[in-house]
Amino acid sequence: MRGFQVQSMIEIAGTEIDALAILKYVGDDAAGAIDIFIGTTRNISNEKKVLHLEFEAYVPMARKKMQEIEKEIRTKWNIIKFCIVHRTGKVRIGDINVVIAVSSAHRRDAFEACRYAIDTLKKNVPIWKKEFFEDGEIWVDERN
Amino acid sequence: MMTVHVKLFAMIRDVMENNEMQFLLEENSSVEKILELLSEKNIRFEEWRPHLRIAVNCEYVSSDFLLSNNDEVAIIPPVSGG
Repeated sequence: MRGFQVQSMIEIAGTEIDALAILKYVGDDAAGAIDIFIGTTRNISNEKKVLHLEFEAYVPMARKKMQEIEKEIRTKWNIIKFCIVHRTGKVRIGDINVVIAVSSAHRRDAFEACRYAIDTLKKNVPIWKKEFFEDGEIWVDERN
Repeated sequence: MMTVHVKLFAMIRDVMENNEMQFLLEENSSVEKILELLSEKNIRFEEWRPHLRIAVNCEYVSSDFLLSNNDEVAIIPPVSGG
């Protein structure tokens, strides 16, 4: 495996994320379902061509908030294994920004928990995205 | 008196041209005091204020939260991970 290695379930990664390694990581003989969300870098934002992105994280708090997401989904759904990895630093178009993977005995738990995890991450985890264009750069502001 | 460490991120770091600051405050000062001091330093911080969340020692708090010596206060602008 190249670059980032899955060593624990919750990570902030400064290098390329290996989604297949994460998929293997959440695999389990007791699992009947694995749901995986992969967020990738788009080449267009508000009709402007994006050159690349940069992510900044408040790492200790981001980790803590991601651990809380795991705790929360484990109280709401029957989850076997769980993994979140989010990128920081410069990210190229098409690269993976975030992977959330959930395994469970039945598909409904994995689907719902995975969706809840990414929605909650987007609201509460202190990570910021900067978009770089041909004529400048801007911190993404998703307030509205 | 007590010392608190303030961390600034993303657009707020750009506005304040600083990623870390320290403030010497009177005992029992609240988060509000930090926000006032940052607003005094830079008028553009004031414009951001309604959109900011504050974390103390990695936990979101309200602006009336009372600070302790050596607390780490993070100014959290709208997040955009994922």
